[in-house]
Amino acid sequence: MRIEALNENSSIIYLGDEISDEVSARVGRAVALVRQSLGHLLIDLVPSYTSLLLYYDPDRIDHDQLRQRLVELLDSDTANTQESITSTQLEVPVYYGEEVAPDLQLLSEYAGLSPDEVISIHSDSSYRVYAIGFAPGFAYLGKVDERIAMPRMQKPRLRIPAGSVAIADAQTAVYPAATPGGWRIIGRTPMQMIDWESDSLTQIVVGAEVRFRPIDRQEYLDLGGKLEEGENEL
Amino acid sequence: MSFEVLKPGHFSCIQDLGRVGYQHLGITTGGPMDEHAFSWANRLLGNSPNVAQVEITYGVLSLLAETDAMIAITGADLDARINDIHVAPWFSYSVAAGDRLEFNTPLSGLRAYLAVVGGFSATHKLGSCATVAREGIGGITGQGDYLTKGDRLNFDPHAHRSRATVPTWAIPDYDAQLALGVVPGYQAAQFPDDELEKFFSSSYEVTKNIDRMGYRLSGAAIDSGLDGIISEGICYGAIQVPGDGQPIILMKDRQTIGGYPKIGSLTALGAAQLSQRGPGASVNFYPITLYEAMLQRRLFGVP
Repeated sequence: MRIEALNENSSIIYLGDEISDEVSARVGRAVALVRQSLGHLLIDLVPSYTSLLLYYDPDRIDHDQLRQRLVELLDSDTANTQESITSTQLEVPVYYGEEVAPDLQLLSEYAGLSPDEVISIHSDSSYRVYAIGFAPGFAYLGKVDERIAMPRMQKPRLRIPAGSVAIADAQTAVYPAATPGGWRIIGRTPMQMIDWESDSLTQIVVGAEVRFRPIDRQEYLDLGGKLEEGENEL
Repeated sequence: MSFEVLKPGHFSCIQDLGRVGYQHLGITTGGPMDEHAFSWANRLLGNSPNVAQVEITYGVLSLLAETDAMIAITGADLDARINDIHVAPWFSYSVAAGDRLEFNTPLSGLRAYLAVVGGFSATHKLGSCATVAREGIGGITGQGDYLTKGDRLNFDPHAHRSRATVPTWAIPDYDAQLALGVVPGYQAAQFPDDELEKFFSSSYEVTKNIDRMGYRLSGAAIDSGLDGIISEGICYGAIQVPGDGQPIILMKDRQTIGGYPKIGSLTALGAAQLSQRGPGASVNFYPITLYEAMLQRRLFGVP
């Protein structure tokens, strides 16, 4: 663990050097511990794959004091506390039908598998939220089984419908809102990933575990899923 | 009680100190590009530090006062006029019902702040009304819109305050050559020594690509020797050095995480001074310690 000052009100903690479930879990635990014990001194936290950026209130604490508190707090993060902090689990229903999955066929051909095999590999795994960024609530989930990993598009689409479930290299994600994007779209969830009227906004947090549950067209529609025409042509 | 927007200008928007507590979900803070000027405007009127103001960039904002009010103007001198009489920034002023308040073109600096006693009313989303156009959040409507013609800037009536001015020592000269202190950090230790030296001994020019997200500079290219890094949180004022070696300073609407190498970070006061520079302005950087950054905040921060 390395704790470094960035400027008069920001510091960063590095909790590992490579992207892995283990480091990600460590970041998730650090967020929980820091919030619990030092939340009143902090303004914002930005966890990512291997690090945790902290914005603190410089009227209440400075870097040296914060560093000392963090060392005490996180060095005692042993197996005991690991057990006591469980990660959030989230199940995301996904309709993998062709009409909402413009890249499923292409990805299947690329992988040398049938679309059904791709769906079953994608929905059999559990994924960890490695980072959230790019857009509000956009969660980078890993790792995708290497059999269905595929590089992103050379030229991104101008608009990807909200709820689209996609793959880029060894990561998968759900687009919380319609945005441009270059990931390979293999399905869509009817679940609202971000709720602007709620103060917590989303259930997705760094370190959380996510599973995808295949649903059929009817269930997708019953859960409020939409099938706008033509939007994938953009 | 309100001001009616007769001409909105291009980027006039409502800002408070920013939307904090949601960066872990990818939501940026927004907030005033120049915290220093913003804070003094509220201070001049005896407002609490976080109440909403209008940030005016480049100018061409024209307002009609529909009621008497006490205002403060800070930051850039955008040739502001009350009924066609020039009013300098860093003062508070009284306006009367029927007065026209105009911000024209920059005489010095880029962004002016207009505050009113008690602050302007706006829709709060996630605890803030800071306008972030990219995310469609904040502002009068809550949808991230810049001001438009016909908008009403509402505020509550308040007792008259006596006029006040910012002390001379706290008024920056936006036309002066800008030298910014940088706390080396993030990947700085991995940059080759001669590249660090080049960065701290070269002059950079502010390009046309400046917005609320970031300031792109041009000058001596810096080779970080790194291909990219594992995406990590980007603090306000962080200096990214992408593959082409041209630095980008991350400002208020920055993305929360990113994967470009970073050489260090400006202080909040430094980033505020940069935000008043337009295309063509020259910037130099010098290394400072964390303790110098802390001292800067104590010396020049708003009391």
